[in-house]
Amino acid sequence: MRALLVLLVILGGWESYVGLGAIDELLLPAPSAIAAALVNDRALLWSNFTVTAREIALGLAAALVVGLACAVVVHLFTPARRALYPLLVTSQTIPIPVIAPLLVVWFGYDLAPKIVIVAIVCFFPIVVSTLDALSRSDADRRKLMRSFGATRWQTFRLVEAPAALPGLVTGAKLSLAVAGLAAILAEWAGSENGLGHLVLQALPQFETARAYAAVLILAAFSVALFGALTLAERRLLPWTQSTG
Amino acid sequence: MQTRTTAPPVAPATGIDLDAVRLERVSKTFAASRRGADAVSALQGISLRAGEGEIVAIVGPSGCGKTTLLELICGLMQPDAGTIEAQAAALMAQRDLLLPWAGAADNAALALRVTGLGRAEARERATALLHDFGLAGFEQARPHELSGGMRQRVAFARTLLAGRPVLCLDEPFAALDALTRQEMQDWLAAALAADPRTVLLVTHDVEEAIVLADRVLVLSRCPGHVVAELHVDIPRPRRRTDPELVALRARALEELRA
Repeated sequence: MRALLVLLVILGGWESYVGLGAIDELLLPAPSAIAAALVNDRALLWSNFTVTAREIALGLAAALVVGLACAVVVHLFTPARRALYPLLVTSQTIPIPVIAPLLVVWFGYDLAPKIVIVAIVCFFPIVVSTLDALSRSDADRRKLMRSFGATRWQTFRLVEAPAALPGLVTGAKLSLAVAGLAAILAEWAGSENGLGHLVLQALPQFETARAYAAVLILAAFSVALFGALTLAERRLLPWTQSTG
Repeated sequence: MQTRTTAPPVAPATGIDLDAVRLERVSKTFAASRRGADAVSALQGISLRAGEGEIVAIVGPSGCGKTTLLELICGLMQPDAGTIEAQAAALMAQRDLLLPWAGAADNAALALRVTGLGRAEARERATALLHDFGLAGFEQARPHELSGGMRQRVAFARTLLAGRPVLCLDEPFAALDALTRQEMQDWLAAALAADPRTVLLVTHDVEEAIVLADRVLVLSRCPGHVVAELHVDIPRPRRRTDPELVALRARALEELRA
């Protein structure tokens, strides 16, 4: 409730600041103008939103699949850990704005390079937090499984993997926060549609309110995804809510 | 075997064949760690045996290698010297080690799943045992919804369902409050009367050892070896106020302090 009040005060201040003509509307459109853009440009915004949403969703999905596979392989095979872990860290030091245009050259203007870029950005938090959760699994539980004559795979499937699920969810949440940013960067490197592309086009056309509306939609989408993930975590991993 | 409840066997010298567990001059030393800790000799030439169906309690000061002893018997580590002959053994640790995401039945069924049994069938067998253990209605309950005593019952069910002739219990009730601990000791005595196994019970609670065991071995300070052996010929069910039990307890404590 208090957060809402603060938001209303900020919006009110913003509105009157612009309304008094203190700042050029091209630089900072009033909240009412952004709201109007949301309504008037809804078809345009929606069609570009679906493009960006697909990039984010598919990129995240790819990062989850590849990241999970990498974490499992690195966890189960000690030699792989030494061989792959430095590479994983290195992959994160690649500056995305630099390679984004290259990826566009390789994969073309359509969906593929965006998915790759979102996946590269999202991959690292997923691998690291999953791997961490896997390697922190209880040594006494592993010993118990060994006393039952369990194979390495059985110990992984029955004990380690379920224990690491909260880590996977944490990684997914972290990567969600940067997935939107990655999608916009990817679109800026070369695209014909998407919210990032819309922003790039709107600014030189003096449609600043439309650009703000696009940013607002993207933010709302990220928050909604985050909320959905948190809800799913509460439903599917209820034991993490209490110390067991 | 049911007769043991009224007439516990005096450890018979019947030879190797009837021994479920036999250790001969077993030693185990843990190497010095790289961080500078000295090498620790946990066990020094320890010999002991447990006959089939016998309940042997092992008491001793903390850090005298009791846990190492059980892990050796369960095959979780190898001795540096000496020989170990033991039937297949299942380990129950002081911490219940239940899986926080699984219900009581699935937790109890863990060892069954390892043997390749399907989820439904394993759960069914575990549920039947949990009913015997007074946990009907708690099959789906996750560990954090169970009391300490209930959790240890689930852990014991899991150990029994491993289907091993030997049970190695490592201070199973140490984490419980005194009252619950006594309840659980009586409960375990009844459970073992119903489903007799060879039991090695490690404990630092002398009373627990005497209430439950046919024979009590007293271990020395680190490195551990057997310094005394007490036969408990008190008929079951045993009362803690039984003068014979109280006298034995005093003797065991004396041996421990020696």
